[in-house]
Amino acid sequence: MESTILTIEDFSAYFGTNQVLNNVNLSVAQKKVTAIMGPSGCGKTTLIRCINRMHELVPAAQVSGRILLHDKNLYSMNPIIVRRKIGMVFQKPNPFPTMSIYDNVIAGYKLNGIRIGKREKDEIVEESLKRAALWGEVKDNLHRKGTFLSGGQQQRLCIARALAMHPEILLLDEPTSALDPKATAHIEELIAELKKQVTIIIVTHNIAQAARISDFTAFIYLGELVEYGTSEKMFTVPKDKRTEEYLTGKFG
Amino acid sequence: MSEHTLSLRIIKDRGFKTLVILFSFITIVPLLFILFHIIKNGIGVINWQFLTSLPKPVGEVGGGIANAIVGTFILIVMSCMLSIPLGVSAGIYLSERREGWLASLVRLSVDILQGIPSIVMGILAYAWVVLSLGTFSAFSGSVALGIMMLPIIVRSTEETLKLIPEMLKEASLSLGVPYYRTVLRVILPAGASGIVTGILLSVARVAGETAPLLFTAFGSPFMDVNIFKPVNSLPLVIFNYATSPYPSWHQLAWGASLVLVGMVLTLNFSAKLVTKRWKVQF
Repeated sequence: MESTILTIEDFSAYFGTNQVLNNVNLSVAQKKVTAIMGPSGCGKTTLIRCINRMHELVPAAQVSGRILLHDKNLYSMNPIIVRRKIGMVFQKPNPFPTMSIYDNVIAGYKLNGIRIGKREKDEIVEESLKRAALWGEVKDNLHRKGTFLSGGQQQRLCIARALAMHPEILLLDEPTSALDPKATAHIEELIAELKKQVTIIIVTHNIAQAARISDFTAFIYLGELVEYGTSEKMFTVPKDKRTEEYLTGKFG
Repeated sequence: MSEHTLSLRIIKDRGFKTLVILFSFITIVPLLFILFHIIKNGIGVINWQFLTSLPKPVGEVGGGIANAIVGTFILIVMSCMLSIPLGVSAGIYLSERREGWLASLVRLSVDILQGIPSIVMGILAYAWVVLSLGTFSAFSGSVALGIMMLPIIVRSTEETLKLIPEMLKEASLSLGVPYYRTVLRVILPAGASGIVTGILLSVARVAGETAPLLFTAFGSPFMDVNIFKPVNSLPLVIFNYATSPYPSWHQLAWGASLVLVGMVLTLNFSAKLVTKRWKVQF
C-alpha cells in the first residue's frame, strides 16, 4: 500500500453529551483522493472538520483518540499550524466579500500578516489560480471582487485560496453540493488533476461522485466507520451488508 | 356571501387603506413644520460673519457662534474617541458570545443605559469629572455625551456583526488565521458599513443634547480649545439665547438652531449613504 500521510486512531467526537463519531480508525494514503460518504447526519462532516480542528468552533465539542499527520499528533499542535498544513474548502463557496480575486487568493498570507514581495505575490496568485483551473477565466479581472464570479468559479477561487498556502492535505466538504452539474464536472476534473500534488479528502453524499473521483472510500454510518478500502472494491464487492444496502439505495 | 356584505367589505378595505396612508403622511408633518419654521426664522441671521465671529455682549449688534461650532466639534470628536473603542469592542463581544452571564449582563446594562434620561448623564459626569477636576470642561461634557452614544454603537455593532455569515469566519480560520486577526481583518471590514452608520447616528443623536452639557461643558463666550476649560456648544447657545429676554439674541438662537439641524440632517444622510455605498454582498 502507498505511504500514509494521515492516521486516525481510536477517534471519537462529542458535542456535549451527544456522541457523533465512535472509535474511528482510518489511514489516508498520500496524494490520493479519499472519499468519505454516508447519509446525512452520519458524522462525515464532523470527521473532516476534526482533521483540521475546525470542529472546535462549536463550544461543547470534545474528542478522544488521536489523529497523526505523518507521525505528529494534530491535537498536540497549535490549531493555527494544523490549519495551515491542512486546507479546507466548504460546502458553500465563501470568498471574502471585501476582497478582490487577487487578494482572495493570497488572503492566507495577507490575513496572517506574512510579508511577501509583489513579485512573489504575483507568482503565488498565478500559480494557485492555474492549479485551480481558474486562471484563464479571471486573469484579466484579477482586481474585481471575488463575489462577482459564478458559483462554480467562486468555489474554484476558494480552492485556489486554500492551495496558495501549499497545504499537505486539502479537505473538501461537499464542495459541489451547491453547484450545477456543469460546474460540478469542472471541479471533479480539477480534483483528478490536483491529486498529483496534494492529498485530498472529500466528503460527499453523492455515491456516484465518490465512485467517479476517489481512489479510496470510507463509508460512515451513525458515527461508525462501517467499511474502508479501495473505491474499486467498495463499489463492486462491498464487504458489509450496510454498505451494500446504502449503495443500492435501500436507505440514505 | 351576499352582494351587500361584499360591497361593505370593499368599502372597509378602502377606508383602512386611506387611513393608513393618511396617518403615515401625518408623521412627516412635524418634521416639515420644524424645518419650515427654523429655516424661516433662522435663514435671515446666517451669513459668513455669523458663522465666523464670537458672541458679542448684549446691546452690541452682530456677534456669531464660531466658538459654539468649534466647541460642538471638539465635544463630538472627544466623545467619539471615548465611546467608539468601548462600544465597538462590546459589540464584537456580544456578537461573538451570544450566551453567558457576562454577555447578558452587558446587553442588559446597555439597554438600561439607553433609557436613562440625558440630564442624569450630565449630573453623573458632573459628579465624576467636574467635581474631581474642580472645573467645568469640554472633557466632562464629552464623558456625558460618550456614555449616551455607547448603547447605540454597541447595539448597531452587535446587530451588524451578527448578520455576517459564519462561513466567512470559517474561511479565515481554515487558512490558519488566528482568531483576533479574523475578527479585525475579516469580520470588522465586512461589517464596516453598519458600524459606521451606527456611529454616525449616535453622533446625530447627541449633537443636539443640551441637558448633559449644562453642568459639564457649561458654555463660554470665548473661543477655547483647551479641553479642560469650559467650552461652548450649539445646543447651549440655543438654550442660553432663547431663554434670554433680548429679541436680538432670539434671532441668533434661530440661526444656531438652523446650523444644528442642518448638521444633524447631514449626519443622517451620510449614514444612509454609507449604508448604501459600502454595502458588502455576501
